[in-house]
Amino acid sequence: MSNLLSLRPGGLALLAAIIAAGPLVLQNGFHYNVAILAGINAMVCIGLNLLIGYAGQISLGHAGFFALGAYASAILPERFGFHPAGALLTGAVVVGLLAFAIARPILRLRGHYLAMATLGMGIIISIVLDQEVDITGGPDGMPVGDLTLFGQVVSGELAWYWLIGALLFVTTWLALNLVHSPVGRALKAVHGSEIAAAAMGVDVFHYKVLVFVFSAVLASVAGSLFAHYNGFITPDEASFIHSIQLVTMVVLGGMASIAGSIVGAVVLTVLPQMLAGFHDYEMIVFGAILMGTMILLPEGAVPTLAKRIRERLA
Amino acid sequence: MLAEFLQFLFSGLTVGAVYGLIGLGFAVIYNASNVINFAQGEFVMIGGMATVFLMKAGLPMPPAVALAIAGAALVGWLLARFGIETAKGAGVVGLIIITIGASILLRGLAQVIWDRNFHPLPSISGDAPIHVLGATLLPQSLWIGAALIVIMAGLRHFFAHTRTGKAMRAAAIDPLAAQLMGVDVRRVVRLSFVLSAALGALAGVLVAPITMTYANVGVMLGLKGFAAAIVGGLGNPLGAIAGGLVVGIAEAMTAGYLSSAWKDVVAFVIILFVLLFMPNGLFGRAEAERA
Repeated sequence: MSNLLSLRPGGLALLAAIIAAGPLVLQNGFHYNVAILAGINAMVCIGLNLLIGYAGQISLGHAGFFALGAYASAILPERFGFHPAGALLTGAVVVGLLAFAIARPILRLRGHYLAMATLGMGIIISIVLDQEVDITGGPDGMPVGDLTLFGQVVSGELAWYWLIGALLFVTTWLALNLVHSPVGRALKAVHGSEIAAAAMGVDVFHYKVLVFVFSAVLASVAGSLFAHYNGFITPDEASFIHSIQLVTMVVLGGMASIAGSIVGAVVLTVLPQMLAGFHDYEMIVFGAILMGTMILLPEGAVPTLAKRIRERLA
Repeated sequence: MLAEFLQFLFSGLTVGAVYGLIGLGFAVIYNASNVINFAQGEFVMIGGMATVFLMKAGLPMPPAVALAIAGAALVGWLLARFGIETAKGAGVVGLIIITIGASILLRGLAQVIWDRNFHPLPSISGDAPIHVLGATLLPQSLWIGAALIVIMAGLRHFFAHTRTGKAMRAAAIDPLAAQLMGVDVRRVVRLSFVLSAALGALAGVLVAPITMTYANVGVMLGLKGFAAAIVGGLGNPLGAIAGGLVVGIAEAMTAGYLSSAWKDVVAFVIILFVLLFMPNGLFGRAEAERA
């Protein structure tokens, strides 16, 4: 039991315990607000980490998928009378199909080219949301209605906390299963050496597309939840800087570490709140964290710490 | 009709030349180190903002510009020395993230050291427009074109005829072989950052009279410069300039004939198109990085 985080049941139990213990620590609405946002970010980061950390494919455009999910939940119930849950699912399906359609040509690119292609895709989405004022309200954004599940309106910080906590748990469980399945091992092989993986009979491309679509759908669902929780969205949700924030969370927590993604999301959601009084320095801190992590802890915080603890115990 | 077209063409060529200059910086660094420097746009910002604030401090324009370019070059050296070199072993993704971090850090520093406002910079030779066949041309556009030509000629000479330039080319072709031949590859990488920071800063000074300058001016300019470099074929300096002109003209035509709201989309649609159908760029070397 030297490393709880690498053991599936242990890690999941730990996560469940932390989520369950939340209300003991969280004291007011503001605390809950930060916790809920951290949970939503963590869901996106887990998907993104499967793509970046496990499959070794960078995406600088995931905020685009997040925003598409958010706008689906804002527009479909309001204009077309969709049930909010139906809108969330429709958004997820549409984003999944879109991701599948673009993954096929885009994922044939590598390295810088892939970074540029995903970045371009994200920026195109954000400009479209910005310009289609009639549908999206343009740069001013638009309000989003309540989320109803099983006839109940989800309202209040506590209800949202449990909903996001439960979904984060399910996401983590799904991701861990994926990582420890043949798909996960194939992904690791792809990350190690695409050529070697292909030579061993791994359908490299198929797995890359699969993970890209899965991560896009997760981002879309998280975007929908964010839209309902926040009650208001703007095209900034799709911005380049938001994509970078998501990548930063993944990198800080640790690539190829599901626990790391959760930690990265929590730290980088809480940190700006703590720096609120030093708003001017927020970007400096953010940039320094990004550079510093990559230079000093290239594997990210959680894998590096886990390794040190293991060495200490050994 | 013609006048209108010419007008759009002039404005496209002007911004295109700036994108090309920025794209040139991407190409120089990419050749030397295989790094895509996402902080390239911030060099552009430093060039413009430093000039503005040095002039506010009472310096005349020429020394202010020279100091601003030197300052950006210093930042480029620091980034290469402490950002890129200390992260030896980081992969493509890691290096991309480091330069993105540097760009956010530099933007944050600019907001704190300078401010968040928009600043104009005087044109080099006034704003009286020149009339050409019914269209108007700003003198600044001519300066930008002239600067581009001088820099192209200078770089050509540098890479073809100087020892350092040849060493940089050798390192770009095969770093290991160059190292064995006595080329200090680390120095080459630092020099490439210094050179492209200076190029970016110059672009920033040239474009500021037209677009104004501010702490976040580098974000879009950097991305468009990257687009120029990709369209021209990564690592091809002349291609980067041609790519910049293509992107600039396409943007200006879209803004003129369709809607200015959509002009930023054009660059990225072109990028996706080029990446998917011509991954080596319009003028790139035949070295596809596709699976």
